[in-house]
Amino acid sequence: MPEAQPVFLRPLKAPAENTGSTVAFGTDQPLVLDSGKCLAPLTIAYMTYGQLNAARSNAVLVCHALSGDQFVASRHPLTGKAGWWDYAVGPGKAIDTNRFFVICTNVIGGCMGTTGPASVDPKTGQTYGLGFPLVTIRDMVRAQAMLIDALGIDQLLAVTGGSMGGMQTLQWAASYPERVYSAMPIATAARHSAQNIAFNEVGRQAIMADPSWRGGDYARSAVHPSKGLAVARMAAHITYLSEAALQRKFGRQLTDRNALSFGFDADFQIESYLRHQGMTFVDRFDANSYLYITRAMDYFDLAADYGGVLAEAFRGTKTRFCIVSFTSDWLFPTVENKRVAHALNAAGANVSFVEIESDRGHDAFLLDEPQLFDTMSGFLGAAAAVKGIG
Amino acid sequence: MNLAFKSPVKAVLRPDLVAIADMVQEGSKVLDIGCGDGTLLEYLVHTKGVDGRGLELSQQNVNQCVARGLSVVQGDADTDLGEYPSGIFDVVILSQTIQATRHPRLVLNELLRIGKHVIVSFPNFGHWRVRLSLLFLGRMPITRALGHFWYNTPNIHLCTIADFLALVRQVGGRIERAVALAGNEKARKIPGNTLGANLLAEGAIFLLTKK
Repeated sequence: MPEAQPVFLRPLKAPAENTGSTVAFGTDQPLVLDSGKCLAPLTIAYMTYGQLNAARSNAVLVCHALSGDQFVASRHPLTGKAGWWDYAVGPGKAIDTNRFFVICTNVIGGCMGTTGPASVDPKTGQTYGLGFPLVTIRDMVRAQAMLIDALGIDQLLAVTGGSMGGMQTLQWAASYPERVYSAMPIATAARHSAQNIAFNEVGRQAIMADPSWRGGDYARSAVHPSKGLAVARMAAHITYLSEAALQRKFGRQLTDRNALSFGFDADFQIESYLRHQGMTFVDRFDANSYLYITRAMDYFDLAADYGGVLAEAFRGTKTRFCIVSFTSDWLFPTVENKRVAHALNAAGANVSFVEIESDRGHDAFLLDEPQLFDTMSGFLGAAAAVKGIG
Repeated sequence: MNLAFKSPVKAVLRPDLVAIADMVQEGSKVLDIGCGDGTLLEYLVHTKGVDGRGLELSQQNVNQCVARGLSVVQGDADTDLGEYPSGIFDVVILSQTIQATRHPRLVLNELLRIGKHVIVSFPNFGHWRVRLSLLFLGRMPITRALGHFWYNTPNIHLCTIADFLALVRQVGGRIERAVALAGNEKARKIPGNTLGANLLAEGAIFLLTKK
């Protein structure tokens, strides 16, 4: 990647190379959405790692979070950076691609090859923009199930993911219990809290307040609402960290200067860090996608589909669960993860619950956390042993 | 069963855990409350093929158990048993823990509700060493089975075998098997008359059902 110049003004580039595989579903196979609308045609972009065994029993579906994509364990085609879960997924790692066939799909509504608001609406020949139907976590999971069908896999050895990926994991277990042998939702919740909806709303308002957003119809314009999207990312990024981690990493340290500037430049390292996070994000993410995916998270309330009783979502399930939370995660705090564990207990499910000590906030699930990897390999290893996977 | 694997594991298992394991039917659905680092649970899973779950107070222990491939949740016997459905487990085990709970009677009630069978083991405060220690030294007893000082013991509700039997009657439990423990010796069956065991056993294990 060449160094970005006027980053805020540059339109999103189309994925250039190695976007993985895609599977296309025609109008004869529409995806019926929770909103009642249909999405067709539909393209799902995905990556796979490792080999599917002859019994087709070693598939692990990894679900990505809000700003993630299918590049879980390989270089990102736009940023050139390592996969977003490179710490956890790969040969010999906790999710061992020497043993498991790892699948990761870009969610519907996303912008890395799966149909989303930046795709062309075949009815109009124009980019969907806000004409794209609202999607839910359940819709994302339905689309993934279509892909899993297309790959000829009956049952997934495991479904896992953090944050919104954890929501998808829970939805998978609730919607397709017989297709999910084990589920490991990480740093997540069975519903989006008021505080989390509030943060998402701030992000959306930042995007929509950017004059370049043009009611979502910016595709043909040379200028995209990158300023708004960058602010959204900056605000959100704070929620992924913790007070302690921010203090430890940045404190009140100044950028490359000895004194305050008495202006609004980035005097503090934390400011420069957040600006960098915002600027690099707009290079790889579509503003409308950000609106749609945050909305899907807001709408997520698994219990609501089961008479308000979360345990009913898992009644009679044979899926093995492992819930993981981090002590300093205040976006998806331990109490929300524990609520899921309690509901699973109440449903008589096979459940483990692990809380990992870390001061790195919500982001901890993406970082080098050896206890997380021990938990993962123990849990996946036990599942693989029962299924006779070497 | 794989005997080659069974014997070495059993060899290192504490005698009280061996006695508990002997009360568990193969292939049953088991909840081990206060499962610690998962030693008993792992043994039951590997040698008795049980569908095993654990509840453990210490998060560090829980993490260790899960890394060993066991299904364990962090929780408290005093507060978290209410969420389990009635009769969901064939066997519920409370090993060396009842004396450390805040509400032993409520806990025992809950055990009998969620398990078809309940196994409870505890140190016997009626053991002669305990009695003599209090009688002659006038100090809170410190013995093999009760190794703490009064001010740092987790055991806040100690009882004798006779006390426990009275509680079992009160909560409508029925005793199916009873064994006495003494140090590292093999567990011995407690006869119908429990007076002797109440004096001579350092600890006891009971297999209960609801009447």
